[in-house]
Amino acid sequence: MGEDMSIFSVEHLNKTFGGVKALMSVSFSVKQGEVYGIIGPNGSGKTTLINCITGFIKPEGGKVYFRGVNIKGWPAHKIARAGIARTFQVMRPYYSLPAYKNLIIPLWSPRARAIGGWRGGGRHGDRDTVAVDILEEIGFERDSRVPYKTASTLPTGYLKRLELARCIALRPEIIFCDEVFSGLSASEVAGMLPLIEKLKMEGITLIMVEHRLKELFKVADRVMALQFGEKIAEGHYREVIADPRVKEAYLGSEEV
Amino acid sequence: MEVRRRERIDRGIKVRSEGIYVVSSLKEMLYVAGPRIFLIAGLLLLPLFLEMAPYWKRVVNIMCVYGLLAISFDFLANVVGLVCLGGAMFIGVGGYMTAIFNVYLHCPVYLAIPLAGLSGAFICTLLLLPCLSLRGVYFAIVTLMYPLLFIRIIEALNILGGTNGITGLDSFPNPYLENYVIILLLLAFLFGLRRLVDEDIGLVLRGIKDNDQSVRASGINVAHMKALAVFIASLIGCLGGAYLAHLYMWAGLSLFALDFSIIPIAAVTIGGGGSMLGAVIGTFILVPLSEFLRFFGTFRIVIYCLALTGFIVFKSEGILTYFARKYDQFERWAKI
Repeated sequence: MGEDMSIFSVEHLNKTFGGVKALMSVSFSVKQGEVYGIIGPNGSGKTTLINCITGFIKPEGGKVYFRGVNIKGWPAHKIARAGIARTFQVMRPYYSLPAYKNLIIPLWSPRARAIGGWRGGGRHGDRDTVAVDILEEIGFERDSRVPYKTASTLPTGYLKRLELARCIALRPEIIFCDEVFSGLSASEVAGMLPLIEKLKMEGITLIMVEHRLKELFKVADRVMALQFGEKIAEGHYREVIADPRVKEAYLGSEEV
Repeated sequence: MEVRRRERIDRGIKVRSEGIYVVSSLKEMLYVAGPRIFLIAGLLLLPLFLEMAPYWKRVVNIMCVYGLLAISFDFLANVVGLVCLGGAMFIGVGGYMTAIFNVYLHCPVYLAIPLAGLSGAFICTLLLLPCLSLRGVYFAIVTLMYPLLFIRIIEALNILGGTNGITGLDSFPNPYLENYVIILLLLAFLFGLRRLVDEDIGLVLRGIKDNDQSVRASGINVAHMKALAVFIASLIGCLGGAYLAHLYMWAGLSLFALDFSIIPIAAVTIGGGGSMLGAVIGTFILVPLSEFLRFFGTFRIVIYCLALTGFIVFKSEGILTYFARKYDQFERWAKI
């Protein structure tokens, strides 16, 4: 099934919490540079899927292939080191540190140190400069005081972008975005879309769990719909939202 | 009616002396270096001032040992987020290790202390390794339990001198060395740790306290980093313990006394946590205070407790935080 084409694939992943089946034999595969959306109603297993893949919870059955290697069951830090970054739905910045110092930690990680600073800058030292560069790229005004403010004083819009910035600093091949658009205003999301396109142009694969369908469909190449831990549809977003099962489970009505 | 509030504003000299601009004038340089010079010079001159009072010279030595324990506690608790009550374990293991090296293996003092520090830190880290995934009070309980375990093992198996302890450790060649070894150790670790915390690796450690999930997602093995932090902290404690054993020329069960776990916490509470300096200032108040209060006999515990309670209720931020604020900022009434 075109195994050589895909950079990343999941085969028959299972997870149960007590008696609740959170994931039932979920399979999908993603090509390099693709933006892959995962949609589904609340409790359908989207975040559980990300947690299982990135090693934050242990999946029970199935396989997770990244560049042909089965990474299922690896500890989270090892998966991150292999090149799979993730954001958290509930934002997890280092609240006590200034925004740009938040990026020093992924920049210090063995992976980022081995590859070198972002876009070739600063392999050793001046991680501070690289950090501010990344923040500027993601929409923190360089000449303002914003990159130097303590994270706990930043508004949600900046914190969401900081989540993504922390992933970028790791120099990943795949980024799992767990609802990076939620809690943002329409104009803030519009400001982030070019960034997603830019990451895609650089060959970074994005797998996005999202409730903001309108914005997701602008960037996603393919979409998968989950319900009760089961894949119910996959393909171009028009096909997916046209699927009667998706309509029934997720959208609940005829119009989108 | 006019409504007013107090506002705090950074002093001009503080703003002027930030970053590279500090070299603009001698006054600014003194402003930044002054408190450090005061601490270093004061501590180095202390044994000379106390020339006439050998008893108090000894108090200074013990105060510095507690200072080491307090910075080790402060580092683990307020930087890495591990509440470690293992002061007694560090002192005891360090003390017994130096006794083994010095008495059993005939190493001279200057070799036995560093060896005891390193090997003791290794033992302590190894023992705490299985508990590193525990958080908060659970980690604290385990670290509190280990010294009791050591006491029972030594008693029950009657090893390492049993209840009598190991006697006949070498003392320091002269009293000045006795003073300055521990003072220089304290200064080196105080400034070394403060430097470490500001480095990138220190940011990672602070990140673990803030949010260990994000650190894992950044491809960093949290358990390794915690083990490294525990090794540094136990190295500091074990060196203190090794010094103490040579000071007493004896390593016994009282090296595992609970005081070594509790007083550092009190010192950090009084001095203010997170900066290591607050921990040192806290011990410099608490330990001499406890000596002064000897005059009151057993009643001293009551006074000691009252003083502690007073600090926690009225100045919970810690003395250092309070004075640093007064040093860097001024207050004024502003109209709202």
